[in-house]
Amino acid sequence: MDGILLSIRDLRTYFYTEDGIVKAVDGVSFDLRRGETLGIVGESGSGKSVANLSIMRLIPEPPGRIVSGEIIFDGEDLLALTPREMRRIRGKRISMVFQDPMTSLNPFMRISRQLMELTQLHLGHTKRQAYAHAIEMLERVGIPDARMRVDSYPHAFSGGMRQRVMIAMALACEPELLIADEPTTALDVTIQAQILELIKRLKRETGMSVILITHDLGVVAGMADRIIVMYAGKIFEIAPTAKLFATPANPYTKGLLRSVPDPARDAGRELYQIPGLPPDVARLPPGCPFAPRCALAQERCRREFPPFVQIAPDHHSLCHFATEVYAESVREKEAKGASDLNPL
Amino acid sequence: MFRFIIRRLVITVPLVLVVISLTWGLIRLAPGNFYSSEKALPPAIEKNIREKYGLDKPWYVQYGRMIGNVLRGDFGLSLRYQGQSVNQILAQTLPVSATLGLLAYGLALVVGVAAGTLAAVKQNSRLDYISMALAMLGISVPNFVLGPILVLIFSLNLYWLPPSRWGGFPSWNLVLPVLTLSAVYMAYIARLTRAGMLEVLRSDYIRTARAKGLSERAVIFRHAMRGGLLPVVSFTGPALAFLISGTVVVERIFALPGLGNYFINASLNRDEPLIIGIVAFTSILIMLLNLAVDIAYGLIDPRIRY
Repeated sequence: MDGILLSIRDLRTYFYTEDGIVKAVDGVSFDLRRGETLGIVGESGSGKSVANLSIMRLIPEPPGRIVSGEIIFDGEDLLALTPREMRRIRGKRISMVFQDPMTSLNPFMRISRQLMELTQLHLGHTKRQAYAHAIEMLERVGIPDARMRVDSYPHAFSGGMRQRVMIAMALACEPELLIADEPTTALDVTIQAQILELIKRLKRETGMSVILITHDLGVVAGMADRIIVMYAGKIFEIAPTAKLFATPANPYTKGLLRSVPDPARDAGRELYQIPGLPPDVARLPPGCPFAPRCALAQERCRREFPPFVQIAPDHHSLCHFATEVYAESVREKEAKGASDLNPL
Repeated sequence: MFRFIIRRLVITVPLVLVVISLTWGLIRLAPGNFYSSEKALPPAIEKNIREKYGLDKPWYVQYGRMIGNVLRGDFGLSLRYQGQSVNQILAQTLPVSATLGLLAYGLALVVGVAAGTLAAVKQNSRLDYISMALAMLGISVPNFVLGPILVLIFSLNLYWLPPSRWGGFPSWNLVLPVLTLSAVYMAYIARLTRAGMLEVLRSDYIRTARAKGLSERAVIFRHAMRGGLLPVVSFTGPALAFLISGTVVVERIFALPGLGNYFINASLNRDEPLIIGIVAFTSILIMLLNLAVDIAYGLIDPRIRY
């Protein structure tokens, strides 16, 4: 056991549409350690969801296709498995929680049955065992009166409760990896915190690894050990959470961090936003995909694709000027640190 | 649920009366009588006939008597089929039409749902294109064209099947009329199923089902079918009502003594009691089947409560 649960190498997932080839994920590589929580952050269309659906091999084909790459899960390349072998991993060893709990549960089926079919399939439970297990799982994710409500239909549950059911389903077979794709985006802010807390607690209890996909930096800040920032199907920056927040080495990450409203800093000021729109991934320019929106962009950025620069062993950034951006972040941090020490 | 059903049944009564009244009015508005023929009757005979059938009374007396009969469930004697009551005719013809209709609908349902589901699951495949092309053909070719073609092929050329007439149930005589009758419905159900299944297969909860590691069969049959077939269920009520209450064209083509055939004859003959009887029966059937569909909806979709 080398501690690496999942290793993705040069993953490319393309969609073949009438508008051309959409390179939703284009050359993504990262490792995930056992017990680690990895945050994947990016705007919509950055490829973060497609990357994770690729891990599950749930990309709708056609139009999508995993063009190349390796997804090594516990020593096995998932892309080389037969559909049947893959089904034994889905829901059992890797499971997913999706964004919209209102539509992700089958409205025509009782909660009990939706939970039971999992353990009956993967753990060989009898009906009775599966039913008891379903109740136990609902209790575990904090659904009050689980015994009474297990036979309800999803429409009898609120959004937050449904997301708890989704989590109960995802964890029913004690997976080694939980992929949570925007698990709190569709929920009220107060419910968001509860769901995140729940995921955190269950992760502590089971020791599973978690990939948390979100567009909200606030969500990953308190959850993730490491963060990947994605843009236009590529990894723009990868770093431990504290480093990424304190000393980002990529202009895009800096832009994202500046766009998080901070009442102390921004009171009365207009909110910062990154200029321009996310690029059309079917028609990317030859250079850096972020160049058209980047304040630091030079002629070179538009011409040449940027290198993946190593700032530290655990910190990489995709930018021609990664070291310069990093140095500036360090200076800003020190200046801020100094001003924080100043009593006035 | 119970109160909902009662309420709907109560509403049925005035609705049927409205339908009957309109039918009665239309019959009266049309020129001609059941006794008129090319040669004019002597006035004395005409007067006698009018007296016998109460046609000399003011319209509201005639209307009142008709409604009174209907409310008692007695539609009176047929004017044309001497000595037979409308109720007797209904009792004789309904089994013919119902057998034909139920068989045709059963066939349409089985083939249509299977073809539609396959087409949706294998969207944009050759199978999808072929079945949808056939469905388009089935919808476009009217049954008065399809029926004779089938007769031509299977009866007059191949001598495999009888071309017409009623032979009871089961009998080979049923094959061609049932096929002819079900073609349109089969095609329509196939298209409805495909559309419904495609929508459901794209939905989030199907992705969830796949993420659970379920086999494609479990995903389709356990998770997708219920939602995907809802449009077919709502189509079933009216379709079944029309099929059972007589299918004029097919019964004519194959010379079957069903409700539809009698309905046409009754209309041509101005056989007022028979027309009223068949219309009343058909409209009650349509309303009951629509109610059945709504109840089925409630059973299939737990979000619907009455």
